[in-house]
Amino acid sequence: MEFAELIKTPRVDGVVLRRPFQPTVEGTLCLTGHHLILSSRQDNTEELWLLHANIDCIEKRFVGTLGTIIVKCKDLRVIQLDIPGMEECLNIASSIEALSTLDSVSLMYPFFYRPMFEVIEDGWNSFLPEDSFKDLESMTDEWRLSDVNQDYCVCASYPPLVAVPKDVDDDTLRKAAAFRHAGRFPVLSYYHKKNGMVMMRSGQPLTGTNGRRCKEDEKLINATLRAGKRGYIIDTRTIAVAQQAKARGGGFESEANYPQWRRIHKAIERSSVLQESLIKLVEACNDQSHNMDRWLSKLEASNWQTHVKEILTTACLAAQCIDREGASVLVHGTEGTDSTLQVTSLAQIILDPTCRTIRGFQALVEREWLQAGHPFQQRCVQSAYGNGSSVKVRCEAPVFLLFLDCVWQILRQFPCSFQFSEHFLVLLFEHAYASQFGTFLGNSAAERAKLKLSQKTVSLWSWVNRPQEAQRLSNPLYEANSLVIWPSVAPQSLLLWEGVFLRWNRSSRCLDEAYEEMVHIIEYNKELQNKVNSLRRQLAELETDDPLQHTE
Amino acid sequence: MRITFRRVCDIFGTRKTNRTQPMVENVRLIDRTVSRKATVGTLYLSATHTIFVENNPETRKETWVLHSLVASVERPPTTPSGSHLVIRTKNFQVLELLVPQERDATDIHASLARLSRPEKYSELYCLSINPTANKEEREESWSFLDLQADYRRMGVPNNLWVGTPANSEYRVCDTYPSELFVPKSATPPVIVGSSKFRSRGRFPVLTYFHQDTLASICRCSQPLSGFSARSQEDEQMMQAIMKANPGSEYIYVVDTRPKLNAMANRAAGKGYENEDHYTNIKLQFIGIENIHVMRNSQQKIIDMGEVKTPSMGDFLWGLESSGWLKHIKAVLDAGVFIAKAVAEEGVSVVVHCSDGWDRTAQACSLASVLLDPYYRTMKGLMLLIERDWVSFGHKFSHRYNHLDGDPKEVSPVIDQFVECVWQLSEQFPCAFEFNERFLIQLRRHVYSCQYGNFLGNSQKERRDMRLRERTYSLWPQLWKDRAQYVNPLYRADHTQTQGMLRPNTTPYCFKMWKGMYNRLEKSAPPRHSPADLLTAVREETQQLEQELTNHQEVAPRGTAHSGTKQGIQTRSRNAPDEHPSLRPSLVLYVFTGLSPVDVYCWVLWGVGGGGGGGATAKSKMS
Repeated sequence: MEFAELIKTPRVDGVVLRRPFQPTVEGTLCLTGHHLILSSRQDNTEELWLLHANIDCIEKRFVGTLGTIIVKCKDLRVIQLDIPGMEECLNIASSIEALSTLDSVSLMYPFFYRPMFEVIEDGWNSFLPEDSFKDLESMTDEWRLSDVNQDYCVCASYPPLVAVPKDVDDDTLRKAAAFRHAGRFPVLSYYHKKNGMVMMRSGQPLTGTNGRRCKEDEKLINATLRAGKRGYIIDTRTIAVAQQAKARGGGFESEANYPQWRRIHKAIERSSVLQESLIKLVEACNDQSHNMDRWLSKLEASNWQTHVKEILTTACLAAQCIDREGASVLVHGTEGTDSTLQVTSLAQIILDPTCRTIRGFQALVEREWLQAGHPFQQRCVQSAYGNGSSVKVRCEAPVFLLFLDCVWQILRQFPCSFQFSEHFLVLLFEHAYASQFGTFLGNSAAERAKLKLSQKTVSLWSWVNRPQEAQRLSNPLYEANSLVIWPSVAPQSLLLWEGVFLRWNRSSRCLDEAYEEMVHIIEYNKELQNKVNSLRRQLAELETDDPLQHTE
Repeated sequence: MRITFRRVCDIFGTRKTNRTQPMVENVRLIDRTVSRKATVGTLYLSATHTIFVENNPETRKETWVLHSLVASVERPPTTPSGSHLVIRTKNFQVLELLVPQERDATDIHASLARLSRPEKYSELYCLSINPTANKEEREESWSFLDLQADYRRMGVPNNLWVGTPANSEYRVCDTYPSELFVPKSATPPVIVGSSKFRSRGRFPVLTYFHQDTLASICRCSQPLSGFSARSQEDEQMMQAIMKANPGSEYIYVVDTRPKLNAMANRAAGKGYENEDHYTNIKLQFIGIENIHVMRNSQQKIIDMGEVKTPSMGDFLWGLESSGWLKHIKAVLDAGVFIAKAVAEEGVSVVVHCSDGWDRTAQACSLASVLLDPYYRTMKGLMLLIERDWVSFGHKFSHRYNHLDGDPKEVSPVIDQFVECVWQLSEQFPCAFEFNERFLIQLRRHVYSCQYGNFLGNSQKERRDMRLRERTYSLWPQLWKDRAQYVNPLYRADHTQTQGMLRPNTTPYCFKMWKGMYNRLEKSAPPRHSPADLLTAVREETQQLEQELTNHQEVAPRGTAHSGTKQGIQTRSRNAPDEHPSLRPSLVLYVFTGLSPVDVYCWVLWGVGGGGGGGATAKSKMS
């Protein structure tokens, strides 16, 4: 298919772009296969380059022959384009609609994008499972890397290599996989160096209504317990939801069959509920006509903050089991690809200081989200403005955004313990929904391998890990903190993530200035330190020269 | 040793004799934030404080509660383990004690009830504790601020505004200060006539003069207009105010009350200005609720803070139903309206509510903060409070319950002003010289009565009490401690410190003030604060600058070797390490771990304190 077929009017002059808190721009609108471009063709005004993939939905209006297109983006911004000429406007609108909802992944921009920067380190090779296993091997010999899923046959959403207990053979894994939702048998998620406790994750066990059991599954997870120790199973669903799952063949681990495990149920909502929540929240944030009562009641009704609290609380619980109770943990919900990953990845941020560095966080996203089979493509097909008309089964959900929101909450409470700043989290949010990079395409390692992303697209990490970008994303307040950090999950400690949800609804000038001021204070301090140190060195040298001078 | 607590009630009579303090041993201080954890210790009652000293020989942590900050003492029914006492303070802290003997609990309860409810001014801290120790120092403390100098700073008196002796000896209005500024054309008969037509004689006077536009802010109380009454002098007074601004044809009269309330007042012979009688005025109602609504609203916020493990829904619902942020927004909206009228339209504004000492004080002082960068400095804010609140007769002793009095007079009026300033500082992180701690400390002293500034209800009352001879002023003390109140992001030459502030008052721009209402309690882990870290960095920077200067002074004179050597060695011992991560001044802020395991229990998860605070730094993405 040629993009040109979809573009009836590639260019319109005299288009007016309106954005809140920014001056209106009049210029020429151009449509390309992947971008909507508006340029005033003057030197000092910026051009708007919008990826079609970033467009969540559009609305059109007409007053006489002046058409208006409201473009609502996945990064939550809303812009308005006034286009003279009804036909032009209709053509542009239908092109945008078609180009922003392309069915074929291989037509997406990352397959066409050529980097304008020099790739110093190929991000596709930065975080290989083999490498992270080497770290694990240096700490313990109780685990092995299994290639039972080499051809993605045992579990379609797992990577080819997974870490499992050394004493469990591949046959046992295959049998356990048959007993777990979508073959997601329990695998290692995190090894807590301090006490050797582990966190595992899986899909729900397929006990069904008649209480099926699987000796191999029991053997697999028991193999992770030390003699005489008990572990915790954190089921991210309420007991009621978990009970209902039995009717559809799912279920949970019974006390009788898993006597060494204590099961705790939490209440993280299903993804469709989270999507509703996002839509309501963004609607509330975008309506400036609300009075205080209405705003607070809309904020409450959206339930977004409740989800943040529940997810964070569950992650804290998992971290507490491991670090404080000295017990191993298995986390699962239904599929094991959404709430499970939120919990396991946040728990690692709490427990492991490495995950709070720029590279460590990338590794975490790579390991616990991309490799672990979070279906990014499905979840991010629409954002808060999506009406779902383009897909038959609604599967979009802000699962990853909620994870980032929770990280932001921890970052805000521990502003010096993270090597990266809020910018990094916002950047990941944007790129998960629309990107020139191939990192977040596809729904699993298997799909990514089939699409040959590593050969055909550029990795987001290649870009992020360039020194200038890493510098931009770094947190000036960072002081390495090797300790476990326990966030407060009290409601008053959890705030609305303004950097995402109010980003386009108010001017951020004063806050930006404050940030610059902060950077300035710290940079100036460093500069002085260097000066003082170099002077000290010079003086010390002068002193050692002294005897010579005297002898002369 | 046990001493009966009844004797404590006599302590005011005997405080100067050095008596043994009453005390009770084996008292448990229960941590309400975390799973009923308790520390055992001894409770002392002094003339001024309740003091709990932990038994743990390693920490011996002390908790001091000033009697004048005690809001209530409750005694829930006795349990087998002892009697509980719940002390709630005016700065939103809660202390729960478990006293083994019921008789002791009864005694403590009775003593505290009496000690925390003084009946006479002379029982208050600032008048009862060494009030006249150092005469010179005390007198100096009162001359720290000069209100008249601040009027001169804004260019008053001038050819438009003059001082009037009308209220000397508080003849015309006993709740106004003796020195007042009025339009030059307002004659004494006009002043007196206008005063007779205003509630409690509070006629329109100048509070702020804007030099750039020559527009001014005046304040007064409601007119005694009823349904038809009018006063020629009052109308002339308003006319004079309009004429005192050569650039404008009209003035705004801002009635800060909801219109309905203002109308209801007409039945009592009060009300608002009839636009037919006053030429060239534009009447504007703002809709700030009265002191009773505000009192109830704050109580709901306090109650909400005491809910054990609230869900997010509970919290947000509680926040909404308290109405608190709605009221904060209304107060800020009033300030914004006035500031815009003065700076952007160049129109003078006359502000009033009912008596003109609560809502009017809020609106006028906020407008000043928005208009004039000086009031965003520490000294400026002190002056502003001294002018718009203290001198203009805000009823501090009634509103903040200094003496056991009418509970219906109590209301968090200045709390709301202070909170509005905080909300502004969140929107303009570089605009204020002071930090959140300064605001919290300031508010605390409005309630504490440790200094004489806020005693009584008017300048006249304070003069009659001879407070300047008997107490100290708070301001020099705050100034002395200013290092801990500095906002590290403030720079006098920053764009945010220039000109008028134009805040966004969309509801989502208001936040719950956690630092005020959910203060960290004892066991909560210390948190990083970017503001504190930056302050430390700036202090270190100053030391480095100093050291650089020293080096540069020394370096060119390279021959003075022996001296230099000595100098370097001593300096480098104090100087920061070369490894940034080990900089001594910063190590302090690295998180130092958490209280024991049981702090976080399964069920009670979610109450482990809170953190953050300070400036939320963020920046725009490309």
